[in-house]
Amino acid sequence: MDKLIAAKSEPLWNTNNKVISIIVGLVVLLFVLPLVGLNSFYLHLFIMIFMHAVMAQSWNVIAGFSGQISLGHGAFFGIGAYATSFFYMEYGITPWISIFFGMFISGVFAVLIGIPMLRLSGHYFAIATLLIGISFQVVFQRWDLVGAASGLWITMTPEDSWIALQFHKSKLPYYYIFLVFFLISFFAVWVLSRSKLGYRLRAVRDDPQAALSLCINVSNYKIIAYVISAMIMAPMGSLFAQYILIIDPDRVFNIEISIIVLLITVLGGIGNVWGPIIGASILIPISEYSRIYLGGTGGAVDLILYGLILMIICVFRPNGLISFIPKDILERKKQR
Amino acid sequence: MKILSVENLSRSFGGIKANDNISFTVDEGSILGIIGPNGAGKSTLFDLITGYTKADSGKVHFFEKNIFGLSPDKISNLGVGRTFQKLKPFADQTLLENVMIGAFVKEQNIKKARDKALEIIDFVDLIEKRHHFAKELSTGQRKRLEMARAMAIEPKLLLMDEVTGGVDQKTIPSLVELIKKLKKTGVTIITIEHNINIIMEISDNVLALDQGKSIAFGSPKEIQKNKVVIDSYLGTFDAA
Repeated sequence: MDKLIAAKSEPLWNTNNKVISIIVGLVVLLFVLPLVGLNSFYLHLFIMIFMHAVMAQSWNVIAGFSGQISLGHGAFFGIGAYATSFFYMEYGITPWISIFFGMFISGVFAVLIGIPMLRLSGHYFAIATLLIGISFQVVFQRWDLVGAASGLWITMTPEDSWIALQFHKSKLPYYYIFLVFFLISFFAVWVLSRSKLGYRLRAVRDDPQAALSLCINVSNYKIIAYVISAMIMAPMGSLFAQYILIIDPDRVFNIEISIIVLLITVLGGIGNVWGPIIGASILIPISEYSRIYLGGTGGAVDLILYGLILMIICVFRPNGLISFIPKDILERKKQR
Repeated sequence: MKILSVENLSRSFGGIKANDNISFTVDEGSILGIIGPNGAGKSTLFDLITGYTKADSGKVHFFEKNIFGLSPDKISNLGVGRTFQKLKPFADQTLLENVMIGAFVKEQNIKKARDKALEIIDFVDLIEKRHHFAKELSTGQRKRLEMARAMAIEPKLLLMDEVTGGVDQKTIPSLVELIKKLKKTGVTIITIEHNINIIMEISDNVLALDQGKSIAFGSPKEIQKNKVVIDSYLGTFDAA
């Protein structure tokens, strides 16, 4: 009985003050860093890290939490990109509002795709989503309403505009916008992982048959995870469109997007909220520097490096780089 | 009061009749033991009752409600818990997390779910292992984990598939005591067992299956004396 009382008196979550201090310090540093001097390249580098970390976090929800390997997740990135661009170009709706349109449309598509697809599992689901991702690219390449293969060229405002979400003088506003979205999405997924929904999703991932015996409707929970995941991915497409001001199907529906978010998550640590952040912080600089020093798309050296790193990780650290951090620091392992 | 009524339940796989017109009832608060040689259709019967496998024909009533054809999650939501012959713990989660997932069925608040899970873990004598990952536990401990997880949904009927199977001899008595303790909480139990001494010790009634058919149903004493059961399963067990 004493042991039970002691167990009940344990804090619900293990709050490691040292880790919390480090996180708060890093967040403050990210806000202050541009003010003390980050040139345009480094601003861009951080923007890409934030964006890819969120995209990978999105993929982490469906793959890491509910165990469904989606290879077509770039579709939701593209939907987000087209939603803001189209509604701004056609109706003059500010991207701040149409970001939510993109999330909503992505969520609807996730339900429509998820209902038939999530009856599949394992490799079959992965292959099906791969084809769905490619089919979006093909459809948008032929859809005149959204510019077909030429895509959409977002009309530039003469001056920087928060309403139009366009900044021509500096990348600094984009830096902070992406940073805020990065922090919100991280916090949202962190809360999700500790919620009843998070527990149930992990049950679905670990053993769907056992989950059924605990009153969990496995199909519904997979769809819920897919919708949440899609709705996290879409805003990144929206913001990316506003960042580069030109989108086309080959750019925003590219299969490479789906693969990169997978690589980032697996590298960092799948199923862990920190994994995508760690993965993006390593892979994105490799990609950007190889592009700079090797020109063009980096001569595909970045992809070779990705593959090499991934092979090493899969062989020696199958749980990702997060597994280098001692278990007692990882909150989830010692919570309760 | 009858908590479970099974009528003429049948299921074939190809030409093999895994369950052939099985009928029996279970009284609320009792323990029904199911015995039979390998391949008799015991685990299939569990799968049919809990909706994991669709029956070809028959009726299954839980209290007055017809649960035939319902999905496993809906059946478990009505208050039918189960464990599995081939253990299915959530391996990458701790014992506490495993049980909390069950506790969330009745408790929405995470702290209350945690406390309830801890009480159940204490009930199955694993409180010191609560932060261990399921994959780190021994077979006997994982059996307890599955019992605890099933109990967490507050079942009125609990189906346990070979609780003592695959565990060492020293562990078996404590598992038997746990089943008895569980019965005292008021939950009705159906248990599949190969260890005939355990079945005779804990059961109020016994159902004997052979080649998918029900060959006997009655009290443990009646089953021990049943010639068909002796011939097909018990051999020279002390009925001789």
